[in-house]
Amino acid sequence: MKITFPHMGNLWISAKVLLEGLGLEVVVPPPCTKKTLSLGVLHAPEFICLPLKINLGNYMEAAEKGADTIIIAGGRGPCRFGYYCRLEKEILDDLGYEFRMIVLEPPENNFLEVIQNIRALSKCSMFQMINAVRTAWFKCCAVDEVEKKVQIVRAWESCPGLADKIYREALKNIDKAQTIKEIFFAKLNVLEAFNDVPVEPEREVIRLALVGEIYTILEPFANQNIERHLGKLGAEVKRSIYLSSWVNDHLLGSILPMESTKEACRMSSPYLNYFVGGHGKETVGSAVKFSREGFDGIIQIAPLTCGPEIVAESILSKVSFSEKIPVMTIYMDEQSGEAGLITRLEAFVDMIRRKKLSQKTATRK
Amino acid sequence: MSVKVGIPRALFYYYLFPFWKAFFEYLGAEVVVSPPTNKQILNIGVKTSVDEACLPVKVYYGHVISLRDRVDLLFLPRLVSIEKKAYICPKFMGLPDMIRSTLSGLPPIIDVNFNAVKGHRAYKKTVLKLGSNFCSSLRKINRAWVEAVRHQKEFEELQTYGFSPIEALRVLQEGRKEKKKKKIFDFSHEIAVLGHGYTIYDDFLSLNTIKHLNDLGAKISTAENLPINLLEEKAEKLPKRMFWTMGKRILGAALHYLESSQIDGFVYVTVFGCGPDSVIADLTERYARRRGMPFILITLDEHSGEAGVITRLEAFVDMLARRGKHENYFSSYGKSVDICQSTS
Repeated sequence: MKITFPHMGNLWISAKVLLEGLGLEVVVPPPCTKKTLSLGVLHAPEFICLPLKINLGNYMEAAEKGADTIIIAGGRGPCRFGYYCRLEKEILDDLGYEFRMIVLEPPENNFLEVIQNIRALSKCSMFQMINAVRTAWFKCCAVDEVEKKVQIVRAWESCPGLADKIYREALKNIDKAQTIKEIFFAKLNVLEAFNDVPVEPEREVIRLALVGEIYTILEPFANQNIERHLGKLGAEVKRSIYLSSWVNDHLLGSILPMESTKEACRMSSPYLNYFVGGHGKETVGSAVKFSREGFDGIIQIAPLTCGPEIVAESILSKVSFSEKIPVMTIYMDEQSGEAGLITRLEAFVDMIRRKKLSQKTATRK
Repeated sequence: MSVKVGIPRALFYYYLFPFWKAFFEYLGAEVVVSPPTNKQILNIGVKTSVDEACLPVKVYYGHVISLRDRVDLLFLPRLVSIEKKAYICPKFMGLPDMIRSTLSGLPPIIDVNFNAVKGHRAYKKTVLKLGSNFCSSLRKINRAWVEAVRHQKEFEELQTYGFSPIEALRVLQEGRKEKKKKKIFDFSHEIAVLGHGYTIYDDFLSLNTIKHLNDLGAKISTAENLPINLLEEKAEKLPKRMFWTMGKRILGAALHYLESSQIDGFVYVTVFGCGPDSVIADLTERYARRRGMPFILITLDEHSGEAGVITRLEAFVDMLARRGKHENYFSSYGKSVDICQSTS
């Protein structure tokens, strides 16, 4: 059995160490490229959202490397993601692939169910399992810490590209690390390296928040490297969702004291008073939260035709008006082009800079 | 004077209107329905809603605006779920909030949350609570509920006799007591029209798809014409439980028609950007293809033209006719089958 899973940002680092720790043979799909997407677009339904198209490409490329089993999360609705596992299986069957599909249905707020799900996968000992989960968790947290750092350093660095180089190197080192001690030191080295990056302290840096659907904000290929472009334009970036906090919220039942989207969810009232599936409520709530935390602007990212995000988009105009914060919505699909995105980002950043400038001159008078 | 409650003629009007009408009228309110969808309603809806919303939701905005100045209360419920463990669609769950943050100058909105995910009792409780806004007598509210349920049952029963929801509403309104079976004209094919009811039964949205198919000599069957129990039973056979109520019924109907062989072809009518349909239509198409059932997918949005739809439907029905004549045989080297037959 050679097991594979779809890409979602840096999820592969944790997923790989977790599954390998359980004694399974893992095939990490090749990084997402245009080819991945083209394969997916060719065989997926026309109006399905972008993540499924990329997932499908991932599986087909992983099959070339010998994968025969897929592991993917399930769901109970109302978001389409809950039916991904079935639809993908039907498509792959029709194409003649012989994949076995392991679906991890979400636990009903009970961590034991997660453990049972994982136990069903392999016959490893309890000790081995706990160890695997622990290592995966520490890697996940380390990666998130590095991500948070690079999102800030990019905006300040004087020679663009250096921070990204360190970032890529860091991911490699964290992936290579075997023990928790090694992960800790790999992370420490990176954070030191970031401190040595030459910066321009007089730069007028703005702070932007990315909110929206989890896949498109976590996967750089799906969002056309939006974080890097914003960094180049001199904007510090913060996301509403990081993998570690998502895992803590949804799989561990928020047992660890971490930043949580639950607080953001509460802040979505009175704009949106009900959960709408996917990350619609988190999007609205996070937008409110970030604007009250003093961010300069908010960018919503979602795959085209995503229902929950369309609800959120309709409501964000009201949030933008009442909370007095600029909001921009960007939908991603296979037709998106990087140059078009950069133009929109430049215009948005320019507009925020001007707004700040006029506010500054107004207060001086 | 009685309170005027406005109900938009869109979305769940096509499924639950008799229930709401009976309920409100029993409690002494006057029910005002927006006019059938027309160009003006569509245009206003398209202008006021976000670009990415689906066509029925855009039209819903238009209907709300057309009711705005004519009613005392707007009934815009948040339909989370109408049955256990199944949802409608994410957009339905955010609808009142969407309307409120985009439109202004609206009369007071009744936005109760109908949620039956955890069971039917919670649903009934919501309805009774809704009634307490109109009347203080608990007994009267309870009787209104009974009355509403009776009307809804009658409405659903009429549909299983072959009436479309619109026809069933008309029959109910005219108060025809004897439940005659719908008169059936001669037809050459029986075609299943699948899709969300608020798309296929809104003649303006669906560009008269059903009417055109009738004109081409086809008898129409829809998921609404089948008893819900049957649909549930068929949908149970899916490898993973479907968590959209409408999706479950559509797939259940498709599976039933594929087994029963009374249907000659599927016409699936969907709208651009419909989330559930992107999954359901694709699954239906795959199941149909595996069984050799003719399938056509018609995707509509505010730019669709009726002539284009007619052409596609004509081609589809022609294809069905030929299929019947030639037992699914088509020459592989490009020669017309008809000529083959006439020469031999």
